[in-house]
Amino acid sequence: MNIPYILSIITFFPLIAGGIPILFMHKEDETLIKRWAIIVSLIPLALSIYLWATYNPAAGLVVTEEKLWIPGLDVYYRLGVDGINLPLIFLTTLLSTLSIYYSSHVVKERVKEYFLFFLLLETGLMGVFVSLDFFLFYVFWEIELVPMYFIIGIWGHERREYAAIKFFIYTLAGSVLMLLAMLGIYFTTGTFSLVALPGKELFGGNFALQSLAFWAIFIALAIKVPSWPFHTWLPDAHVEAPTAGSVMLAGVLLKLGTFGFIRILLPIFPKIFHYYAIPIAILAIISIIYGALVSLAQSNLKRMIAYSSVNHMGYVILGIAAAAYATGTSGTVLVDRATALNGAVLQMFNHGIITGGLFFLAGMLYHRSHTYDLSAFGGLGAILPAYYGVVAFMSMASLGLPGLAGFVSEFLVFRGAFAIIPYIAAFGVLGIVITAAFFLWKVIQMIFLGPVNERWRDMPDLRRYELISLAPLMIITLAIGVYPAPILNLINSGVVAVLRMIG
Amino acid sequence: MFQLLWLIPALPLLSFFAIVLFANPNKRLSSNIAIGAIGLSWLISWAVVFRVVTTPHFELVDLPLAWMPAGDKILHLGVMVDPFTAIMLFMVPFVCTMIFVYSQGYMQGDPRYSRFFAYVSLFTAGMLGLVVADNLLLAFISWEVMGLCSYLLIGFWFEKPSAMNAAKKAFMTTRIGDVLLFLGMAYLYGQTGTLTFKDIFRPEVMEKLAQTTVSLGPLGTQPVAVIIALLIFGGAVGKSAQFPLHVWLPDAMEGPTPVSALIHAATMVAAGVYVVARTLPIFAAVEGSSALVAVGFIGAFTAFAAATIAIAQDDIKRVLAYSTISQLGYMMMALGIGGFVAGVFHLITHAFFKALLFLGSGSVIHSVEHGHHAAAEANGEHPGEHEEHFDANDMMNMGGLRTKMPATFWTYIIGTLALAGVAPLSGFWSKDEILAEAFGQFMHKGVASLPFFVWLMGTLGAVLTAFYMGRQIGLVFWGKPRTAAAEHTHESPASMTAPLIALAAFTLVLGFMNVPENFPLIGNGWLHHFIGEVFAAAHLEFEAVPFNFLVGGLSTLLALLGLGAGWALYKDHPAGAPDPLARPLGPIWRVLRNKYYVDEFYSATVVRGTIAFASLCYKFDDSWVIDPIVDWAGKGTAIFATANRLFDTHVIDGTVNFIGIFTHRWGDITRRIQTGRVQNYLVVAMASALALFGVFLMR
Repeated sequence: MNIPYILSIITFFPLIAGGIPILFMHKEDETLIKRWAIIVSLIPLALSIYLWATYNPAAGLVVTEEKLWIPGLDVYYRLGVDGINLPLIFLTTLLSTLSIYYSSHVVKERVKEYFLFFLLLETGLMGVFVSLDFFLFYVFWEIELVPMYFIIGIWGHERREYAAIKFFIYTLAGSVLMLLAMLGIYFTTGTFSLVALPGKELFGGNFALQSLAFWAIFIALAIKVPSWPFHTWLPDAHVEAPTAGSVMLAGVLLKLGTFGFIRILLPIFPKIFHYYAIPIAILAIISIIYGALVSLAQSNLKRMIAYSSVNHMGYVILGIAAAAYATGTSGTVLVDRATALNGAVLQMFNHGIITGGLFFLAGMLYHRSHTYDLSAFGGLGAILPAYYGVVAFMSMASLGLPGLAGFVSEFLVFRGAFAIIPYIAAFGVLGIVITAAFFLWKVIQMIFLGPVNERWRDMPDLRRYELISLAPLMIITLAIGVYPAPILNLINSGVVAVLRMIG
Repeated sequence: MFQLLWLIPALPLLSFFAIVLFANPNKRLSSNIAIGAIGLSWLISWAVVFRVVTTPHFELVDLPLAWMPAGDKILHLGVMVDPFTAIMLFMVPFVCTMIFVYSQGYMQGDPRYSRFFAYVSLFTAGMLGLVVADNLLLAFISWEVMGLCSYLLIGFWFEKPSAMNAAKKAFMTTRIGDVLLFLGMAYLYGQTGTLTFKDIFRPEVMEKLAQTTVSLGPLGTQPVAVIIALLIFGGAVGKSAQFPLHVWLPDAMEGPTPVSALIHAATMVAAGVYVVARTLPIFAAVEGSSALVAVGFIGAFTAFAAATIAIAQDDIKRVLAYSTISQLGYMMMALGIGGFVAGVFHLITHAFFKALLFLGSGSVIHSVEHGHHAAAEANGEHPGEHEEHFDANDMMNMGGLRTKMPATFWTYIIGTLALAGVAPLSGFWSKDEILAEAFGQFMHKGVASLPFFVWLMGTLGAVLTAFYMGRQIGLVFWGKPRTAAAEHTHESPASMTAPLIALAAFTLVLGFMNVPENFPLIGNGWLHHFIGEVFAAAHLEFEAVPFNFLVGGLSTLLALLGLGAGWALYKDHPAGAPDPLARPLGPIWRVLRNKYYVDEFYSATVVRGTIAFASLCYKFDDSWVIDPIVDWAGKGTAIFATANRLFDTHVIDGTVNFIGIFTHRWGDITRRIQTGRVQNYLVVAMASALALFGVFLMR
């Protein structure tokens, strides 16, 4: 923590040290551009690990940078770190590095622009996680859309333009609602500070206006998560996005939404969130069950994983809604609320790692076969034993097999939610059963089991660069599954601080 | 000494990683690592068992580790040993080691030989982890690791569609139970703030679980303890293949036979019974707990129903599979009537003789397969030509193996007698204790009680058990070989027969560890003294059941009758003839042979229903409602924008242009006046002046 401006460096290093020099490189110099991008992405990764190692959980929310940015509006350039965003900072740097590394082996077209956009994407995403000023948060929230739009629109598959535009417009439409609510909050409190806003009375205590602002921000965030029924941009975006684009989309972008729930909605609107927690928990349950069921009905691998994200992000919302519902009740349920919220935060991290890995794997299969159609495969288990092993590992993690990361967060969410909203939470376990069904049936069985499909007899097994892209994700998945105390100590400190703040 | 407890599950786990990451290409090295690891686990386990047995009034040893913080509390995970764990540690690693050694011979030549040993190592690690877990969460983790391994091993020959379907079915069916257990665990954790067994069983915690009630709407108000217990039992129903989640177990024999032995005897299915036994104080927290009634009822029903199915099967392993389901029912019903020691006793003895029977059947199948190839070669055919038409598991293809495979035969007979419950083999003592317990209780409570139902189902089940085992040995070992394959069989290698002999030896003597004290000369009640007080902290104690000569005599007599009838009816069964029971039983036979059509029922309702509903949801999502709304919103905006454009060009811009054009035209017209000729202007001026003058005059 004693590196000055460490969060600014992590945030802007990819853009300034990576993007700008690449801008001046010759576009034929592909090797140089690729190597430069990889090296540049390693610095924020190293710094985020350093930050994690030196951050003291007892310190709570640490504001590291604070400068007046737009004096007339009282907008500050204010960044900070706590136990909630730190794992997500690490997640962003890790997945960015892996995506850039993997892409350096597979991207052949318009290489210069591709890595430029990727580095810009990293800066935009990181900015959202580290911002402690609503205005700044909003700025980064919008910035991050642009590179993703181009990544899908230029390097995507057949229907890339439709998907890119749908993604962009849908998110933007939500953002407008957030902008209005944000301005409303500013006009009645005079501040954008996410440190000062909690505890302030908004809209002079007018319940209707507060509710309106709450739902406006909720919808903007829910589109990003995405929660049912705002999720339909996701499958299209994923199916059309290039591999690394999907990894970043599922791994990091979706977390912006649920992160906003915890950073903005929960601290600023504790009473309103409490009031509407049950409908939101029901939305979460619908996302969980419906996402799993629709996954089960897919025949396209990427579309299936995309819908499974709706299911998995549903657990995050369930955990947050349960914690919000218990707001204002006596201190004895702190452990229940903290458990639910710990589970939600850990689930965000785990989903990034696991689903990021799954999208890498889907891309590797596409790279070999040029199809995502599950019925085109069969029997690959005998041809690609290593690839089969990794897919089975990640699928098991995703369906919540104990001993791997996904289970820990799901268990925490259900443990917490079951104590607070038992009847709603009990329905959620249906999702767990169906998740197992589609991973076993659609992924493992349709691709790997059964008689060998002769068409793929000569398909090569995992290559070295592919294994290097996957290995860190597998190690983390196993490590958290076996011994989650280190990461949970961190998350728990942030969660408990938030819960104590909102009472 | 007890610091080594961690190593018991850790060694096979390490062996799994060592094989997967490093030893994989070298088959011999892989199996040596696996056998070395499990062998070492076995040694440590027995050393631990020895210490526990020789320590009078052994106190529980617990080694916890901070695993997960939650709010201001910390969840600990750890390992422990108490007498109940010790008795499991006596059984599990030993039986597993025998199965590993046997597999070395059985799996010879399989292309995925190394992978097999990796999987079974992980499987064993799961079971050992479950047994030494000091809390429900670690137990659940181990439990699910076993679920995964059973999936991988049942589907080991995944090119076969039947194997891959069986694997999926096993995982999904047990998953349904697992989710219930998961909920039960979450609920228990929420209620007590701990998952460590010794903390849950503190009297004040048990008191709280029994006193706190929760309303379930139409189901009335129930104590929390009952709900948690029922949820835990749900998990056990899946894992221990009790009705209605029993359907996966018979299909599980699609895996290699050593796996069947592993799943059916020492590990997977034992896990369900173990967890129910381990958490029995929660089941018994309230007087007349309906959770216990459920356990007893489902166990008794399953014990009988599965035995009826077993008499109508022709597949040697399928008979044993239903027999396993039935025997697990015995254990459950024992626990349900509070017969903790009897249930555990049967769990232990059953593990030995069922492992023996499965490995013995594997030896038979192995030999018949080789005999089939030998017979084909003798006839000058190419091996493999008739592969599809020949089923080496079908007992109707066997016969007369008694003289060809003597070691397999004799050990198989020992296993059969134990399973049928013939004195003085191990199965007799354990099954008799269950029946005596039930008999004693129903004498108190009368016939309109659970114990009577348990006793009746248990006794009827025992007759059927003896009958199907008599039928099996008659068909397999007696009479004349019914096929050329059976004719060409010969004894399996020593690596396969040696484990059979070791298991048979234990099957012979193991029953003597708990002969009731009132039995003349050999009575000791040792197991009862050893594990009878493990739940003393939770105020749950068990009385020893005295030997009942009426019950014991009756069941031995029935066992001999059943065995004899089965044997006599089938020993000379000719090839190709219909089953002698098919005609007299008529439609009942068809129902039994088709396993009461439960599979068909599930696939028509649950499976198809879910898939249909999933497709419906997807249509709703993508084609009917949600996405169309989004697209319409997009299109609507586009149409609105086009309308705006038209309005803009035609109305707004039109007005502007109109004004321009109008001015222009008007200018055009008025321009004509401006001719520039002075005479014209004078004419106009004159005319205007005259007109004005005229107007002036008229006024």
